[in-house]
Amino acid sequence: MTQLALVIDLNVCVGCHACVTSCKEWNTSGWAGPLVDQNPYEGSPTGTFFNRVQTFEIGTFPNTETVHFPKSCLHCEEPPCVPVCPTGASYKRPDNGVVLVDYDKCIGCKYCSWACPYGARELDAQQKVMKKCTLCIDRITDAKLSERDRKPSCVLACPANARLFGDVHDPDSEVSIAIRERGGYQLMPEWGTKPANHYLPRRKTRMHIDPEELTRVDNPWRKEDLTDYTGEETLDDVAW
Amino acid sequence: MHPAFSVIFLTTLLGAGQGLYLAMVTGQLYAVARFLPAQADQFYAVGSLVALLLLIAGLGASFFHLGRPERAWRAAAMWRTSWLSREVIVLPIVMALVFAYGVAHWFEWTQPLFQVGAALQVDLTLLLGVLGTIASLALFVCTAMIYAAVRFLQEWHTPLTVSNFLFLGAASGFMLAAAYSAYIGNPLVTFYGTWAVILTLVGLASRLAHLRRNARLKHKSTVQTAIGVRHASVVQKAQGATGGSFNTREFFHGRSQSLLERLRTVYLVLVFPIPVLLIGLSYLIGSSNLPIIAFFVQFAGLLIERWSFFAEARHPQNLYYQSVA
Repeated sequence: MTQLALVIDLNVCVGCHACVTSCKEWNTSGWAGPLVDQNPYEGSPTGTFFNRVQTFEIGTFPNTETVHFPKSCLHCEEPPCVPVCPTGASYKRPDNGVVLVDYDKCIGCKYCSWACPYGARELDAQQKVMKKCTLCIDRITDAKLSERDRKPSCVLACPANARLFGDVHDPDSEVSIAIRERGGYQLMPEWGTKPANHYLPRRKTRMHIDPEELTRVDNPWRKEDLTDYTGEETLDDVAW
Repeated sequence: MHPAFSVIFLTTLLGAGQGLYLAMVTGQLYAVARFLPAQADQFYAVGSLVALLLLIAGLGASFFHLGRPERAWRAAAMWRTSWLSREVIVLPIVMALVFAYGVAHWFEWTQPLFQVGAALQVDLTLLLGVLGTIASLALFVCTAMIYAAVRFLQEWHTPLTVSNFLFLGAASGFMLAAAYSAYIGNPLVTFYGTWAVILTLVGLASRLAHLRRNARLKHKSTVQTAIGVRHASVVQKAQGATGGSFNTREFFHGRSQSLLERLRTVYLVLVFPIPVLLIGLSYLIGSSNLPIIAFFVQFAGLLIERWSFFAEARHPQNLYYQSVA
C-alpha cells in the first residue's frame, strides 16, 4: 500500500519560508482554497496556513544552534483526527494514505483539531471549515502534469532541496532511503500516531576557530607592507 | 485550551436538565415504593418540562460552537468511532423520552399496564422513566467521553472526567428539584435537598481527586519529542507568523496562572460548601428561598468549574507555540 509523505532535512532547511509562501499560493487558488488572511496590513494579521516554519534555538550561548522547523500535517498512519470526526468529513485516502477533509461535510466543530497532538489543523476563519495540508493532492494526482511537476508545491519551491517527497512504504524510494540512511525520525513518537512525514536530523559539524580570528586586528596587508622605507618614490607618491 | 462559552453552557445546562429529570424519576420511584407521599402528576410533568427546556437550551448553545451549524444533521454519521456523534444521537433520544414522560404525566396516562410481583403496578410513566434514566446516564457518558477520549489532553483523559460530569450534573439537577419543590411548597424539599447534598459531596470527592491527579500529572510530550532534538535547552525564537493564528487562539486560555488559581478557589466554594450550607440552613429555619438560592449559586459555580476544566488542559501542540504558552 502506498503512503505518500514528506521527508524534511533539518540539516539543510535555512528557514526562508519559500515552502510556506508557495504552499499558500498554490492552495489558496486551488482545490483547497481560499486560505484567507484577515487584517493583512494591520496590527494583528492572521490567516490560514497549511505549513509554517518555526525557529528554535538549541543550547546556550555561545554554543547554540538554530533549527528551522517546517511543520505541516504529518499524514499519520494512525490518524487520531479521523475517528473523532462526527460527520466523516475527515478521512484518510486508502489509495495513497493522504489525510484529507471533505469541506462539504465539515461542520467546523474543531474536534479533530483537539485530537491532533501536532496542531496541524486550522479552522478557516472565512469558510468555517477545518483545513490542513493536502500534500497538494490536486497536483500529485494530476495525470496531465509531467512527472517532475507531480509533487507538492513546497517541495518544488524549496531552494535548498530540504524537502523530499515519495512513498515511505516503498523501500527503494528516495524518501525511504533517506529515512533509513540518514536517521529519519517521527515527531512525538510516544503517541503511537505513526506520522508518515519524517525529519532528517541535523548533522554534527565541528569547526576549528583560531582565537585570533575572534579578535579584530590590524589589516594584515598593512602589516606586510611595513617594509623599510628608504625615501625612493613609491606607488603612493605618484600624482595621478 | 480556550474555554468556549458555547461548550461551557452546553455541558452545564445538559447536566442540570438530565439531573432534574433523574430527580423527577427518582421521586416517582420513591412514591411507587411508598417511601414518599405520591405527588400530583402535574408535579412530574412540569418538572420534566423544565428539564426539557434546559436540554433545549443546551442543544442551542452547542450550535454556537459550530462553524457550519446548518450542517449539524450530518454529525450523527460516525457513531461507531466518534463520541461526539454518539452524543448527537443520544441527546434527541433523551429529549424525546423526557418529553414523553412529561406528556404521559400531564395527561395522567397512569393506568397500570401490567403487574410485577405482588404490588408493583407498572404504568406508562414508569416505563418511560426507566428508559429515560438509562438514556440520561448514557448521555452523561457520551458528553464526558468527548473530552475524556482525547488521549493527548492528559488532563481530560481519565475516568474522573466522566464521574465529574455525572455527579456534578446530577447534583445541580437535584438541587434544582429541591428549589422547584420549595418554590411550589411541596414536602419533597428535604428529600431532594438531601440527595442534592449527597451528590454534591460525591462530586466534591471526584473533582478533588481529579485536581490532585492533574497536579501530579507528568506530560508525555516535551519540546524535545515535539521537534525531535535531544538537548536539554530548546527555546523557540519564532512561531512562523507575525500575528496570531488558529493555533494560538484555540489552544490557550490567555489568562494568568493566578487568575486560574483564584477561579479554582471560587468554584470550589460556590459549587460545594455554600449550597450544602444553604440546604442545611433551609431545613433549620424552614425557608423556601434558600434552596432556590442554593441552586443558582451552585450553577454559577459550575459555569466557572467548566471554564477551569477547559482552561487547565494543556494541549501538546502548545509546545510549538512557546511564546504564547
